[in-house]
Formats: sequence, C-alpha cells, structure tokens
Amino acid sequence: MYERRPSGPEPAVSSSETPRGDPAQAFHITCAVTDTDPACGAAVVSVAGTLTFTNGAALWETLHAALPGDPQTALCFDLSAVDVIDGGAMALLVQTKWDRETAGARCEFVGASGATAQLLELLDGDASPTVPPARPHVGYFGQLGNRTLATLREVQLFLAFLGSMVLEVGGVLRRPRTANWKDVAPVMTRTGVDAVPIIVLITFLIGFVMAFQSAVQLKQFGANIYVADLVALSITRELGPLMVAIVVSGRSGAAFAAELGTMKVSEEIDALRTMGIGPLRFLVFPRVLALFLVMPVLTLIGDVVGILGGLVVGVVNLDITVVGYLHQTQRALDVWDVFQGLIKASVFGLAIGLISCSQGLITTGGAEGVGRRTTAAVVASLFTLILLDAAFAITLHELGL
Amino acid sequence: MTTPSITVRNLTMGWDELILLEDASFDVAEGEVFAILGASGCGKSTLLRYLTGLDEPMAGTVRLAGIGAPTLEVGRPAYGVMFQSGALFGSMTVGENLALALNEWTRLPRAAVSAIVRAKLRLVGLQGSEHQYPAELSGGMTKRAAIARAMVLEPRLLFLDEPSSGLDPVSAAELDDLILTLNRGLGLTVVLVTHELPSIFAVVTQCIVLDRESRSILAQGAPRTLRDESTSSAVRNFFTRNVAKGGV
Repeated sequence: MYERRPSGPEPAVSSSETPRGDPAQAFHITCAVTDTDPACGAAVVSVAGTLTFTNGAALWETLHAALPGDPQTALCFDLSAVDVIDGGAMALLVQTKWDRETAGARCEFVGASGATAQLLELLDGDASPTVPPARPHVGYFGQLGNRTLATLREVQLFLAFLGSMVLEVGGVLRRPRTANWKDVAPVMTRTGVDAVPIIVLITFLIGFVMAFQSAVQLKQFGANIYVADLVALSITRELGPLMVAIVVSGRSGAAFAAELGTMKVSEEIDALRTMGIGPLRFLVFPRVLALFLVMPVLTLIGDVVGILGGLVVGVVNLDITVVGYLHQTQRALDVWDVFQGLIKASVFGLAIGLISCSQGLITTGGAEGVGRRTTAAVVASLFTLILLDAAFAITLHELGL
Repeated sequence: MTTPSITVRNLTMGWDELILLEDASFDVAEGEVFAILGASGCGKSTLLRYLTGLDEPMAGTVRLAGIGAPTLEVGRPAYGVMFQSGALFGSMTVGENLALALNEWTRLPRAAVSAIVRAKLRLVGLQGSEHQYPAELSGGMTKRAAIARAMVLEPRLLFLDEPSSGLDPVSAAELDDLILTLNRGLGLTVVLVTHELPSIFAVVTQCIVLDRESRSILAQGAPRTLRDESTSSAVRNFFTRNVAKGGV
C-alpha cells in the first residue's frame, strides 16, 4: 500500500483508509494553520495519496474534520503530494473549496501538476447547488379540488373517446371494409381461448364453495336439493358474468392498456395517424369487438363449470344423485336467467374494452405512465363493472324480469 | 500501439440463420477514440452490445483490460455505456439519475453525492439541470446527461451508441468537443458507434468498417487514412460519399 505523508507543521487531522474493493488505494490528509506560509499565507490543507470516489466518504469526512473551525479562514489546498485522483474525488475537493469561498474565505488550489492539474482545470469552478424549482404548497382542500378536477377531466376525456368511438362504429357500419377485421380473430384468441383455463378454474371453485357453504345451512332444514337452485341461479344471473368480467379485466383489460400505452409513448400511435389511419378504428375497434364477442362465450363456459362445481358438492357431500341434481337445476333455471347473464357479459366486455383502450390512448410519461394507466384501467373497469351490475339488477327488477 | 483496452478474437455475430460478422478479430488501444462504422443493418450496435456484455457472441471472445470478459451485475461496473436514446429514467430527476449508481456502489454522504453529481453535470455543460426531469431536456441535453450518468463511476472506458445522431450541427459539434475532452482531458478510452462522418473526422482516431455482405471487417485504421489511402474502393466510397453528403 502506498501512502505519502506531506511535510508540514503539526498535522491536525490525518486519515488513511483502505476501502472495500480497492485494497491498493490509500489517501492521507493533513491540515495545518501556518500564517506565514510563503506560498499561500493561509491555512494549508495538504491532500496526498490516491484519491478516488470509492474512498470518497472517508475523504469527505476527514477533509471536513481537518478544516479550521472558522469558515472565513483563508485556505490553501496543496495538491502537490497527490499521486492519483479521479473525477469524483476532485469534485469533493472543488465542492469543499466552493463552500468555503461562499462563506467568505479566500481559497485556492496549489501544487497540482500533470493529470491532477488537467482534471482540476476541467472541474474547478462554480459548484453552487442548484435550487430546486419552487413547488407551490397546496392545502388539503386544494388537493381535494385538484383531484376532483383531474377526475372530471378524465371523465370528459372518456366521454369524448366514447363519442369518437360511436362515430367510428357508425363509419364502420357505413363502410365495413374500412374496419381492421383481421385483428379481431387474433385478439379473440388472446382474450378468449387463452383465458379458458383460468375461467374454468375460478368458476368451478366459485360453484363448489358456494354449494359447500350453503349446504351446511340447507341440511338443517332437509332442503339439500335446493343447493342446485341456489348455485344455478347465482352463477347464471350474477356470479358467472361478474367473475368472468373481473378475470378478463385483470387479464385482457390490463394488457390492452399497457399495449396501447406503450404504443402511445413510443409514438407508434402518432405514426399511425400520420399515415392517415385512425387509431380508434385500427386498434380500439378490433379489441372492443373481440371482448364484446368472447365475453358471453366465456360466461357460458363459466356457467356450466360453476354448476358442475356445485354438482360435485351435491353428489359427494349431500348424497344427491347426478340426475337428481341436474333435474333440479333444469327446473330452477329459465332460459332468460342464462340469457340475461350473457347480455350482461357482453355489456361488461364493451365496458372493459372501452375503458382499457381509452386509458392506453391517453398515456403520457414513459414507462411510469404506462404503469399508471394500466392500474387506472383495471381499477376503473372494476368500478364500472360493479356500477353496471347494480344498474342491471335494479332495471331487471323494475321490469319484473 | 499502446496496451489494448479491448481485445476481440474470432468473434461471430448474428442470430439463428442470420450471420452479420464471422471470425472477426480486432483490438482497441488504450486512450483511443474508436469508432465502429458501416452501413445500416451491418450490426454496429449489436457489436457494441457484445463489447459491453449486454449480449453474448455466437462464437469468439471479448476481453476488456483489467476485467476479462465483460460481465454485468456482478460488481461495480468498470465501464460506462451511453445508449442511443439516452435511456434516462423518466421518473427521476437528472440528478437522481446520476446519483443512483453512486448510492448503490459507495457510502458517500448525501452532500458528497450531490457534489459529484454537480461536477459531472458541469463537465458535460449541464450545470443547473440537476432538478430537471428527462422529459424537460432537449435531445442534445439528454445525450449529455446520459454521458454524465455513464461517467459517474469513473470508468476508464466509455461506450457511446450514436452519440450525435438526431442532433443539430451545433449540438453535434459540442458533443464532439465533449468526447474530445473526456478522451484527452480525462484519458478515457472511448468506443462509439456512429453514422455522422463530420463527427468521425473530428474525434475518431481509429475505426473499423463492417461489411454485411462479406460478413467481415472491411478495413481498420485512422478514418482519414482509410479515406485517402485504402486499397478498397468500397471503403474509400464509404467515406467519400458520406463526406459529400455530410458536407465536409
């Protein structure tokens, strides 16, 4: 290890360090107040050895401990004994000198030669800290107001998007050849066929658990057979479409928002527009249409599998025969029960597609923006699903259906 | 020639069936500004990814002086890389972008990290930009900030992917000056990929010209020498045609 101690009267502080990962490097700093120093006529801060940013923490600490307490003491940083110094370590010396100068002290570097002098020439100068831009303080009510306005702007943007989409659909109906039909089937595969395993698993477990929980209660009244009614009606009218929509929202809605958001921030959407291709017709229409079409199919699969989940519990736990369970299900269910669930599913699909695509298209701000909009797409979709579900329940009840 | 800073031997580059370069060998000497040149699609940026360890070659070796094979995420990086787009983290200020690696690899107090960050920004002419976000920077400023970030761990070797592409002539010339400062003032070895012939003649000391058709290094040497004295007409044309285009 190389270490050179500078000559000078009464070293006040010294330090030598072997930092982790750099065993060959060591530095040594001394500081002595010499009023009669011929070169500087000031306190001499002698810095010696190998100075790198990796031992910068010790250099910083030692340097500040070594400096005279009075910030206005004139200082002379003697670099003549520096063997090697890198940009990081030089930055620390320059900053220290600058800080002292701004406190009113006269400071200068002396003795630098060769590479040290070259580096000093590059880095010495105004090291004043940049003042962060002033951010106005916003109180609680101000924040509440800002958030409300932001939400209203989002709603306004979505309504504008919805309006544009209606016009686009009108355009497609007038001139069907202008639509991007070739993307519909691949998107249906991605959002529909690929989602079947997770839909099957979830709806089976929902039917199974619902039957299992209700069986405990119904057994007490000897009403075991009504488990089939409960499962069939709940799944087809309510839980089937809702659970499928939640899965599709998390799976495909998030994918739409991320996909379109990435295209937006990488200017692919702008490129489409400059080629005279509308992003709504080219990108949004096939996605929304695909979800509109696959949602009822997925829901129908979910309905059948959910009823099968209940059947397993009925047969295993309640001693109901397979034929008996299916017969009871048939008696409990009306075609309309299934059909209204499928209508609901299609509306849910429209909502998920429109919300997710609109969030993707208003993405700004790079990777972080894509993440933010993807989250917003899923949250807004789930919120809307619950609202739509409630609206359906009330409307159908009022209509006596 | 001084000590090689990078040694490439028998390198084969490409993917699957597509071979861009076959059995190529070359050295980059310490202290050089070395350019990888060639027509679009010849694999310049891919070669840079091999040199920086971001990808592994199909065959052959890359050795960096004092490091060996370029490896990432196994220790403090010994070389800096500037990507073509800058690749600054958009959610962080410029200062935070620079401080990230310093905080990861040192135990410097906050004030010392700030001092180093400001010094790097001064070095690249971006003083006062510490609290700005990348979205608030111009193209030239983004490239400078990216160079400052690549410099923050004091590398001896700097890789620059198309540093002056997309910049106006004045900004490109300023960036050339910065590269010369880093090379001559700080003694850094610089390896760059570029299409800009004015920049090549301004800063590059040695270069290789890749040729996709022959899957080989067509020529190696100083740019002016290759332009004036190369026995290959393809190489001379490469420089002269582009020079005419670039207005030099």
